[in-house]
Amino acid sequence: MPGELAQFNAVVALTKRELIRFLRQRTRVIGAVGQPIIFWILFGAGLRSSFTAPSWADGLSHTVSYQEYFLPGVAALIVLFTAIFSTISIIEDRREGFLQGVLVAPVSRLSIVLSKLAAGTMLSILQAGLFLLIGPVISAIGLGAPIEVTWSVTRLLMATGFLVLIAAELTALGFIIAWPMNSTQGFHAVMSIFLMPMWLVSGAFFPGGDSGWLYWLIRANPLTYGVAGLRRLLYDIPLPVTAELPSMLACVSVTVIATVTLTLLSAWLVSRRSVHNVA
Amino acid sequence: MTSIAVARNIRYNYGTRTALDDVTFSVTAGILFGLLGPNGSGKTTLFRLLATLIPMQSGELSVCGFDVTTQQSSVRRQLGVTFQSPALDVRLTVAENLKCHGSLYGLSGATLNRRVSEMLEQFGIVDRRQTIVGTLSGGLKRRVELAKGMMHNPKVLLLDEPTSGLDPRARQEFWEFVTAQQQTQGTTMIVATHLMPEAELCDRVLLLDRGRTVAEGTPMELQSRLDGERLSVRLRDATSHLDSLRTLIGGHVELQGDRITLRASNPAEQIREIMHAFGDQILSLELTRPSLEDVFLELTGRSLSQTGDSNAR
Repeated sequence: MPGELAQFNAVVALTKRELIRFLRQRTRVIGAVGQPIIFWILFGAGLRSSFTAPSWADGLSHTVSYQEYFLPGVAALIVLFTAIFSTISIIEDRREGFLQGVLVAPVSRLSIVLSKLAAGTMLSILQAGLFLLIGPVISAIGLGAPIEVTWSVTRLLMATGFLVLIAAELTALGFIIAWPMNSTQGFHAVMSIFLMPMWLVSGAFFPGGDSGWLYWLIRANPLTYGVAGLRRLLYDIPLPVTAELPSMLACVSVTVIATVTLTLLSAWLVSRRSVHNVA
Repeated sequence: MTSIAVARNIRYNYGTRTALDDVTFSVTAGILFGLLGPNGSGKTTLFRLLATLIPMQSGELSVCGFDVTTQQSSVRRQLGVTFQSPALDVRLTVAENLKCHGSLYGLSGATLNRRVSEMLEQFGIVDRRQTIVGTLSGGLKRRVELAKGMMHNPKVLLLDEPTSGLDPRARQEFWEFVTAQQQTQGTTMIVATHLMPEAELCDRVLLLDRGRTVAEGTPMELQSRLDGERLSVRLRDATSHLDSLRTLIGGHVELQGDRITLRASNPAEQIREIMHAFGDQILSLELTRPSLEDVFLELTGRSLSQTGDSNAR
């Protein structure tokens, strides 16, 4: 069998394994979608009266509620959770011994990374996509303020494509964090002190204003561009570029660059043979 | 006879600690080759080098004519590996595990399915096809592990302490499957072990101690290195016969309880003499070859079960 085809088959096999494994652990599926949805309903209810929509919403024909503002942020959170949980499997693979079997197989290191990315990405968009579809329904049955988001086929496809990018970006980030680790406890620590704050300062949870340290922190955060890109794709009219809402071009460029960089970094990490992999 | 694995002057250090010190050996195609030594002898390091899990530091190592450093992926294609710790996905079924593994070695479509069925058949796990691996017994898991290693019909199968944690019955069964594969498929087996009975099953054994080669040869050759066989005689009133026995046989005679052991240089003749001299005083008379354990003890002054540097695995 030609080399490329064999590598492709290996990626498919490893991806399939990840998917089966994830779906057999029901609690993970529930955890990754359930918490963000609960956040969305509760924060939406709690903050609705004190929220003022930022200036980019001025051109819209309706008033943006907090629930609507929070929508792309919750999608990003679901992607983050799923991506992270799917990369935790690297630590388990190492501990349970599965990884060593893969490392001695004639499979390129890049294939190992790609299979993790593919699985993490698929699971993430599946769950986040589900939310973006049922989100407006939850709102319609009265669990939240009305959301004036209507999907067209084109925007739905574009939003899916963009979600794939964000999912790949965050899975690669999770991979880089998980690879050197020996225990899942360490991963949980990183989750609370790095990943959750990263999500908090991405414009997902609150608008950052247009000056001050928080503003700069948000601007420097690659995830900001993911959330902003998703936000733009919710509406059928182009939103204006403001200090809080970067242009679509910036959103796509930053996300693509971050995804590629993180993927290459993952591949590089895996290519280093070390005792850590076997001990 | 062709060599399937050749190692020359291998050295390996973990930081300042030497794990392998100038190890040289070669493995003939089709045999069961044992790497025998206590914990800390360097056999696991050697195993990892063979499996291409850690990079070479010094020396040469080739498998099927491919260099482990420069032709890594060719080496990997020739190898099946069974680790000491399990390498199965416990949440997948037996068939899913085998399939996934076969795909990593370039098997696909009908060939892949055929191989899965063949392996299930050969290792007697057809009825476990859809069982989640995590629910299998230790013995069955090891069998699946072995089936997994043989999926792509490798030229060489590496086994690292493959029966650790198994009860004697499962252990024996495991070895029956291994030798069956060696005989029917002609697979070369390289096994790292610290268990004497397993080493005695091997065609050739490399004895390692603290990173150095102590001896190499067939178990028989190694055993015959110790001068002669052991004769042990149990006599009625052994103490009083000790001196006359010493005069009769000469050499070193040892008394433990009612048992007298001596090194037999010419066992046939000596047995006859003892029978003649002591007749019905003899309770039992036993002629044994020295075990590999005796050989190891004699050569290193240490017992195999003794742990060396426990980190130096």
